[in-house]
Amino acid sequence: MNADKVLDAKGMACPMPIVKTKKAMNDIESGQVLEIHATDQGAKADLAAWSKSGGHELVDQSEDDGVLKFWIKKK
Amino acid sequence: MAVKAMKASEVARRVVEKKDLFILDVRNEDAYADWKIESDSFQYMNVPYFELLDGVEEIMEDIPKDKELLVVCAKEGSSQMVAEMLADEGMEVSYLEGGMKTWSEHLEPVKVGDLPNGELYQFVRLGKGCLSYMAVSNGEAAIIDATRMTDVFINFAKAKGVEIKHVFDTHLHADHISGGREIAEKTGAVYWLPPKDAEEVVFEYAPLTDGEQVRIGDTAIDINALYSPGHTIGSTSFVIDNRFLLSGDILFIDSIGRPDLAGKADDWVGDLRETLYSRYRELSENLIVLPAHFMIMEEVNDDGSVQEKLGTLFDKNHGLNIEDENKFRALVTENLPPQPNSHQEIRQTNMGKITPDIDKKQEMEIGPNRCAVKA
Repeated sequence: MNADKVLDAKGMACPMPIVKTKKAMNDIESGQVLEIHATDQGAKADLAAWSKSGGHELVDQSEDDGVLKFWIKKK
Repeated sequence: MAVKAMKASEVARRVVEKKDLFILDVRNEDAYADWKIESDSFQYMNVPYFELLDGVEEIMEDIPKDKELLVVCAKEGSSQMVAEMLADEGMEVSYLEGGMKTWSEHLEPVKVGDLPNGELYQFVRLGKGCLSYMAVSNGEAAIIDATRMTDVFINFAKAKGVEIKHVFDTHLHADHISGGREIAEKTGAVYWLPPKDAEEVVFEYAPLTDGEQVRIGDTAIDINALYSPGHTIGSTSFVIDNRFLLSGDILFIDSIGRPDLAGKADDWVGDLRETLYSRYRELSENLIVLPAHFMIMEEVNDDGSVQEKLGTLFDKNHGLNIEDENKFRALVTENLPPQPNSHQEIRQTNMGKITPDIDKKQEMEIGPNRCAVKA
């Protein structure tokens, strides 16, 4: 999937992946996609819940060799 | 105002002593709905931390000013952040050190009775509802249903100046990772398992059979194995010193074991009924029942222990009072609560087939135990 911006949050513990994601979302336009890489397992449920509560769309996610990837489309 | 860290042991004391505490749980709503710190005397509020990144002003008025305030999250980081924000607003506030992960691992030893030249201890895992036991007599100890926090048991035995000789699991657990094998390896104790539950294990163990008697201390106590299938096919209870019935996951205080966690609900209903309605009926009603779990705080006594007389349970536990066999079958096979998190992987771990690292183990054990069905 093509992303407009990539955020590397690998090695960060909660709450930093979400804090950084929130900041990065401010830098993209509505309809653009942010790709996030994280290693904190808690990010799975939290990014999904955060996207939902903010009205953003979690378009896709994957897990490969311990690295979680998320693609979120900005509201 | 400075933020304080509160240890799991301090929270445990407040639970047992039924003290006031206002918990602001900042995990996401699903995680909170699934599992939280349970206490009848606590008040709760759940607001995910990611709703509070711009500030805590909006929730300030919902937080009582006259109660001790504790912020809780999964691992600590988010609760510390939110606690600092609240402190900046002038609140006196603590966060839970190590988060729910540490809460899940906290064990509180409680003495449940005296034994000849010794004592019987229950290790209460408040965060997950697991109960382990250590019988001590004449310088020797036996441990039953140890959790994976093996240092707690080993250090406790050291402090008591006793040698761990025997380690038992009542059955192959599906809700938590057993520490039995590790304790046996570290101390040279014998690790006993019911062979019918251990058919797939990949390590050496001593097979527990019905009527097997193990002695702790030179002349002191007997541990009698009582084959009691139903939760699993191998499930075994123990009678210690003719006074205590360690019922494993067969009989709890306010519920009974579920027969489906190894995937065989229909096959094992008959065994479960036979154990609860026949085999246990033949035992003395004066035995003190000590289960391997509790599910709700009502099952925890004022002294922090979980125990009740078998005779009382025959009167009060609904699962022991269902005359109609079909109704019993329906109760334990239909509308069961969800199975414990990662129960397949936990079984594989307890068989020695997989060896997850500590982070993975903690992840697998998140959530309540869900080993019971309640009528």
